[in-house]
Amino acid sequence: MSVNRTRARRRLQAFRITVFTVLGLFFLVPLASMAAYSIRVPGGGRTLDYWKQLGQDPDLRSAIITSLELAFLTVVLMLVLLVPTMIWVRLRVRSMSRVVEFLCLLPLTIPAIVLVVGLKGVYAWVAYFFGDTSLTLTFAYVVLVLPYAYRAIDAGLASIDVVTLSEAARSLGAGWFTVIARIIVPNIGAALLSAAFISVALVLGEFTLASLLNYTNLQVVINLLGKSDSQTSVAASLASLVFAFVILILLSFVGRRRTARRATIDIAPAPQPSTKEG
Amino acid sequence: MSRRVRRLVPLLGLVPFFGYLTIFLLIPTVAVVVGAFVENDRASLSNIKALGDDVVLRTLWHSVVLSAESAVIGAVLGALLAYAVVTGNPDGLLRRSVTSACGVLAQFGGVTLAFAFIATLGFSGVVTEAGRDLFGIDLFGSGWLFGLKGLTLVYTYFQIPLMVIVFLPSLDGMRVQWREAAESLGASTWQFWRYIAGPLLLPAFLGSMLLLFANAFAAYATAAALVSQGSPILPLLIRNALTSEIVLGQSHLAFALALDMIVVVVIVMTLYALLLRRTSRWLT
Repeated sequence: MSVNRTRARRRLQAFRITVFTVLGLFFLVPLASMAAYSIRVPGGGRTLDYWKQLGQDPDLRSAIITSLELAFLTVVLMLVLLVPTMIWVRLRVRSMSRVVEFLCLLPLTIPAIVLVVGLKGVYAWVAYFFGDTSLTLTFAYVVLVLPYAYRAIDAGLASIDVVTLSEAARSLGAGWFTVIARIIVPNIGAALLSAAFISVALVLGEFTLASLLNYTNLQVVINLLGKSDSQTSVAASLASLVFAFVILILLSFVGRRRTARRATIDIAPAPQPSTKEG
Repeated sequence: MSRRVRRLVPLLGLVPFFGYLTIFLLIPTVAVVVGAFVENDRASLSNIKALGDDVVLRTLWHSVVLSAESAVIGAVLGALLAYAVVTGNPDGLLRRSVTSACGVLAQFGGVTLAFAFIATLGFSGVVTEAGRDLFGIDLFGSGWLFGLKGLTLVYTYFQIPLMVIVFLPSLDGMRVQWREAAESLGASTWQFWRYIAGPLLLPAFLGSMLLLFANAFAAYATAAALVSQGSPILPLLIRNALTSEIVLGQSHLAFALALDMIVVVVIVMTLYALLLRRTSRWLT
């Protein structure tokens, strides 16, 4: 019996080592290849020229700025739209909570490519009212990040007693605006931060909507660059990837700190299809 | 009367939210469905009929095969990885780093992922050149990376981590006591997997696989950056229809194709919801 046990355990150990090694290689080799490719000189030798190119190429530079602006605007608009709504639902119109949740998670099931087809008509009007600038992509991006932001904020609100807090504040004479802005929002800081992080990561990687609505963002320019200067484009990809990785890793730390306080909160990016830029 | 009005007042707080989503989510979705039945500003079934075209059907088939293959490969490898993780220390560094990495990698896609594989296995990719120099083999072949086989491989890169994220909780739901009970009744490892763990995990496994299928089916950016010629899969055919406006003489073909995608995704997600309900009975 115990000989069997030891043998079983050894077999399990061998299985685990094999899986981790093989899959580890599968995931690391493309990343390492990108790094090697971006510093390689055709014919031999290494250079950082392609990386220096990143800061100098005017198209790339303005695209980076556009994408950062888009990320910022998306986060602001998302917070302004979602936070008061979600708090209001919890406080005053509980009966609507399922409807709001359904609408927030809906973009997960509608592929971005389908959304683009429908958005073409809407964006004719958006361009009419706001001008034909890439920054108008913000409106569509808020929809894309909605499910992730909703999950993060919902987890944050679940971890505090919204109703009691607001009743206490109300009984002391606070108005609704004070309740939302000065009582509840400061209490869900970590949740708002993780909602913002995931939104930034998604916006910086977004390609589908921008390219098909004929706007320019970082990924669109990187993709164009790939046709003329593949090494600079790979360097740019790697840079944007590392940036997104750092943001998502920061996110997992914010999540862990919160999970430590309340064991039941699930902060891992939602296991659902199609919002990711696949 | 006045009480009813007063009860409705708090609903006004939701007007901005509903207004926004109506414009940027509901109208576009409805526009796709309606647009599929319109041609030259008139109700028409010509676009729906065009879905029966050979080219469209073949493209749909390619999309289904690509999604299915990458879902099966991703599900099997992801399940193995999840099992390797779950058999370790539940609070250990290994488990934490693998789950964090999976959370990040499942989000990884688009242009960047396509370029990562071009830098690896493209014509002058790092691994391709290493293969040429060290072993004299041609991994690039005739450019398989830029076709359906390449897409399957590249999609696996985000399917495996996604599988780990969605399947890990089910594996966690397995109780050690079930195994001990089975062993004390004399069950072998094979019997345990065949009669207890297998049937329990199967719905969760199949459900996760459906999710992976929908994920691959909806993916566009990676394929768009990787495949510049032809439209082997449905999302790329939609790009084609959108940019060239008139394919096969139908200006609204993109709408019909998009509707085609919605139908497939809705079927898959419905099955997923059904399986999920079954799973939650035991493994929560």
